Formats: sequence, C-alpha cells, structure tokens
Amino acid sequence: MSAANTEVLYGLYDDEEILLEAVKKAKEDHLEIMDVFTPFPVHGLDPILGLEESRLHIAGFIYGAIGTLTAFLFMTWVFTRDWPIIFGGKPYFSAPAFIPITFEVTVLMASVGMVVTFYTICGMAPGVTNATLDDRITDDKFCIAFNTNGASSDVLDKLKGFFSSTGASEVNSKTI
Amino acid sequence: MSAVVSPIREPLIQGGKSYHQITEDIVSPTEKTPSTAWVIAFIIAVTGLAFYVFCVAWTVWVGIGSWDLNRTIGWGWDITNFVWWVGIGHAGTLISAILLLFRQKWRTGVNRAAEAMTIFAVMCAGQFPLIHMGRLWLGFFIFPYPNTRGPLWVNFNSPLLWDVFAISTYFTVSLLFWYTGLVPDFATVRDRAKGLRRKIYNFVSFGWTGSAKHWQRWESLSLILAGLATPLVLSVHTIVSFDFATSVIPGWHTTIFPPYFVAGAIFSGFAMVQTLMLITRKILKLEQYITIGHIESMNKVILLTGTIVGVAYLTELFIAWYSGYIYEQFAFYNRVLGPYWWSYVGMMSCNVLSPQIFWWKKFRRSIFVTFVMSIFVNIGMWFERFVIIATTLARDYLPSSWSYYTPTWVEIGLFVGTLGLFFTLYLIFTRVAPVVAVAEIKAILKSAGDQYTGPNAHGHGHHVGHKKDIPAGGTVDIDDPETGQSTDH
Repeated sequence: MSAANTEVLYGLYDDEEILLEAVKKAKEDHLEIMDVFTPFPVHGLDPILGLEESRLHIAGFIYGAIGTLTAFLFMTWVFTRDWPIIFGGKPYFSAPAFIPITFEVTVLMASVGMVVTFYTICGMAPGVTNATLDDRITDDKFCIAFNTNGASSDVLDKLKGFFSSTGASEVNSKTI
Repeated sequence: MSAVVSPIREPLIQGGKSYHQITEDIVSPTEKTPSTAWVIAFIIAVTGLAFYVFCVAWTVWVGIGSWDLNRTIGWGWDITNFVWWVGIGHAGTLISAILLLFRQKWRTGVNRAAEAMTIFAVMCAGQFPLIHMGRLWLGFFIFPYPNTRGPLWVNFNSPLLWDVFAISTYFTVSLLFWYTGLVPDFATVRDRAKGLRRKIYNFVSFGWTGSAKHWQRWESLSLILAGLATPLVLSVHTIVSFDFATSVIPGWHTTIFPPYFVAGAIFSGFAMVQTLMLITRKILKLEQYITIGHIESMNKVILLTGTIVGVAYLTELFIAWYSGYIYEQFAFYNRVLGPYWWSYVGMMSCNVLSPQIFWWKKFRRSIFVTFVMSIFVNIGMWFERFVIIATTLARDYLPSSWSYYTPTWVEIGLFVGTLGLFFTLYLIFTRVAPVVAVAEIKAILKSAGDQYTGPNAHGHGHHVGHKKDIPAGGTVDIDDPETGQSTDH
C-alpha cells in the first residue's frame, strides 16, 4: 500500500454521501488525497477521485485466450499427432467434441488468473498485514487520508480546516 | 447513490438498520459461543460424516460388490446421488452470478450462504464418481498427465471426462468467487477481534484495507467472475446431462436433456437454499436481512423452474409416443408404469404438482409451506435422477437381462453420510464466517433499507436518504419494537 513510516492525517465521516461531498471539495481545493477507505464500494467515488477504470478485465481476457488455445491445441495434438485413436468411427480431429473442455479450461484460466492478479496488484495475500488507519473503517466509518510527511503546520491547519468544514466526525493522525 | 427505487418495491433490509447495526447483527453470531442447538446439530452431522468415512472404507475394503449393482444396472444410488448433489450445487452460483448480472438486489441477502452451500454440495457430488471407481487410489487416472503408459491420454471425446473438467472448474471458480466476496467481511471480523482471533482473521482477510482502488478492482473482479460463472453454471449441468444424452440408451438419448437438467438443477438448488435459509435466519436471528420478500422471490424461481421441469417430463412422453420408435416408446412406458412406477409417481407429485401451490401469494409467503415444499422438492429431484438412471437401465434391449435393483446398507450409508459431510461443513461455515455478505448489504442499504423505501420510509419512500434529512442509522417509524432506534455508536 504505502511505504513504511508515512505520517497520515485522516478524517472519518459517518455517511458515504458526506464523504462524496468532501472528496469533491478536496478536489476543488486541490488537496492531494492519499487514499479513501470505505466499508463497502461507494458508487460515484471513482470518477470524483479520478481513478481510472480497472484494467483487470483485459488481463482476464488474455488469461482466457491462453486457456482456449492451450486446451484446444493440446487436445488436437494428442489426437492427431501424439496418439491418434479412433473413437466410434469419428475423425481424429473431431473439433466439436473438444468444445466442452476448451470452454471449461478457458473459464478456469481466466478466473484463476484474474483472482491471482487481483490479489497481487492489491498487495494482498494470505497472512499479509497491511496497515489500517482505524478499525471502524470496515464497519461504518468512511475515511479520507492525507499524506502529511514533512508537512508544515500551515498545511496541517489547512487540512484540519478542510475536515471540519466538510463534516468529518473525527480527525486523527497516525504513522503507518 | 442516485439509484431510482420504486416506492412500491418491498424493502430488503428491515428494522431501520444503521451500518454499524448491520455489522453487529451479522458478525456477532461468529463471536459468541455456539448455542446448544448448534452443538446438537453438529454432533449429529459429524456422526453422519463418521458413518460416511466408515462406508467408504467398507466399499474400498470389500469392493464394489458391497453394493447391489449388477450387470444390467451399472449405475444406481451412486450416480443418482452425484447428479442430485451437483444439481443442488447450482443455486449458489445462479444467485450470486446470474442475479448479479440482472442487478437483482435481493441476491445480497442470500448469496453468501447459497454459495457456501454450492461449494459444499459440489464437494459431496465429487465423492461419488471417485468412490464408484472402486479403486479410489487410482482416481488420478482421470487427469491428462504425462504417464509411463505411452503416454496414453484420457479420452477427450468422452462426456465423462468433460464432467471431470466441468465439475473441477465449477468448484474452483465458485470457491474463488465466494472467497473473494468473503475477504472484506473477514476484514470486518478482524477489526472487531482481539488476540489470537484477530491473528487468524488477519491471515484469512489477506490484508484488506478498504481502499477505494481496491474496492474498484474488487467490483470489477466480481462482475467478470459473475460473467464467467453464468455460462459456466449452465455448462456444468449441461455436461452432466451429456453423460446420459450422448449414450445410445433409449430414454437417455434425447436432445431435451441439457435445458431440462439445468432447470431441474436450479429448482433443486433453490429448494435446498430455502431449507437452509429458513433455519439459518431463525437461529441466527437474520429475519430482517433474509426477509419474507426474499423467500417469496425464491419461491417464484422454484415455481418457474418446477414448471419448466414438468413441461420437460410431458414433452419427453409426447415425443416418445410421436417418434413412432418402439424402443423409445417402451422406455417411457416402462418409466411410468414399469417396476419403478412408484419413483415416477414420487417425482411427478413432488416436482410438478406440489410446487403449483406457489401460484398463491399466501403460500409463497408462508414459512411453514415453504419449508415443507423445499423438502418435497429435494425428495422429488432425487427421485427424478433415480427414475432416469434406474428405470432406464432395468429394462434394456434383451429381456433375458432385465433386472431390478435395491441399494444395500452401504449405498444408503454413503448417501446419508454425504448429508453428514454437507451439514458438518455448513455448520462450521455459520460459526466462522458472516452468513450474509456484510459489505454488499451495506451497499444496498440506501436503496433497499426500509427507512428509505417502502411504506415505512421517511418522507416519500423513493427519496434516497441524505444526511440532512435522515441521520445515518436514523430514527424512523417502524413497527418492530425490538430493533428500532438502532443508533448506538
């Protein structure tokens, strides 16, 4: 997520609609938001925050295509080159019969590949501990965090002013 | 957040819940010591599981001869149970994937438990093809791996091998889909826990933080997995039906099998979801998340799929007669009036006739009727598979080889035992994971909570709440005195 020893000033909001207004305000004031943490996916947040659309589906397509080719070409190789066998008088290359397995392997590769990619790019894995700002973020608090490494007191005051003017219910700082 | 919600649409979350209250209601059952009811249920389930292990050991030690299969009837309870369990394993992915694509918000109340049920049902299903090989330890021969016999590959043209790929892919994808949904909820459990419990949930929540970018990717992943799982779930039972349909046995060799099997699978899966949900919502006190409205929606699906299955049964009979092919005609005559006529009667009455009761709203919304019906449907769907398998095999082309089949105690034990396996896993699941998707429920609160929509909503029901007029977890008029006024943080 972020490098060690980052000083963070964060505000907690009680409702996602107040959060959305606050994020809009922060963008208008040209404040650089480090991250926003929410207990559930808040719709409408991504465009305001300026997040680009995830490219995970492109990765998924590539994994799926690899699966399709692997399965189909492998079965073709086995039955036309490696060990041709006649089943029920059908041709060696009986493509329609290869379709079910080709489909299953496509889905399998796309799904497994995407899930592994998802956890990798999010920096997540079994047993990984990523620093969290507040335990209530996974419950009912919506959090805007600013990186305040080496920030002057003027900047800190400005951020605190931003939090109080946008209706944050709590403002805290933490080194993560 | 500006979702348009019809004011007449029934609220999916009752009791004027706040976000914190949702966490509290759904997560707290995992934090308490188990109730006596749970302990008793668990002991019964584990006993069933132990008996299952015993019966498998018996089968392996004595051999398949301990079953009553014979030269004519080579598939009996084993494959009946396999198809029955796979069918049950279809509802979870249907609810989570197809209903996600159709934007059906009521899925959020039941998807987590239904997916868990799917995974456990597929695990039970997977047992039977393995056990009926007899030599369990050679089970890995079904995979195409480079071997010292040539290498001699598996038969990629065989529907039995397609089954291997379909079931294992379905299991893997369902598991990934389910677990990815669980990760944010495990993080919620983690952040409420202390000590060792926190360490354990920290391990299983993979370091989830709730970052906006992670949520965006998570939603993207869920949507694509849903898109992939939708054709997958349809393909799995299609391929299971190919086990029969691609054979040259009259009564099996029919093109109607794939859609008919898929409808039957959804039918039986929803029935099992109803059986489990009705008990789970009662014991874990989740009636405000799994509402009568949810139950009614599922009963509508049961009515629809049950009727599709009924039409398929009648179509089969008609086409057998209309084909003018005597072997086909005899197969179906035998299916209805042959030695297994009683299983056909059981199938028809449980699957086709009894679900028609759900045309009445009163019965769709009755918990008692729903529970009884869900058991009926499960029995009926078991009979359906038995009818297809046993009646067809019992009367083959040569009258001299006609036969009859009754299961031995080992075969019955294996079936009862998988129920033990299934309920053991399900009961553990209800103890360790939130049985309702916490984050997803919170995400629909503003458009489906009863303080925002429906007859008890603040102001004009369809208005999506705004901080200024409704405080989070607001004070609303509701008729349930126990759970009102839920602002407690």
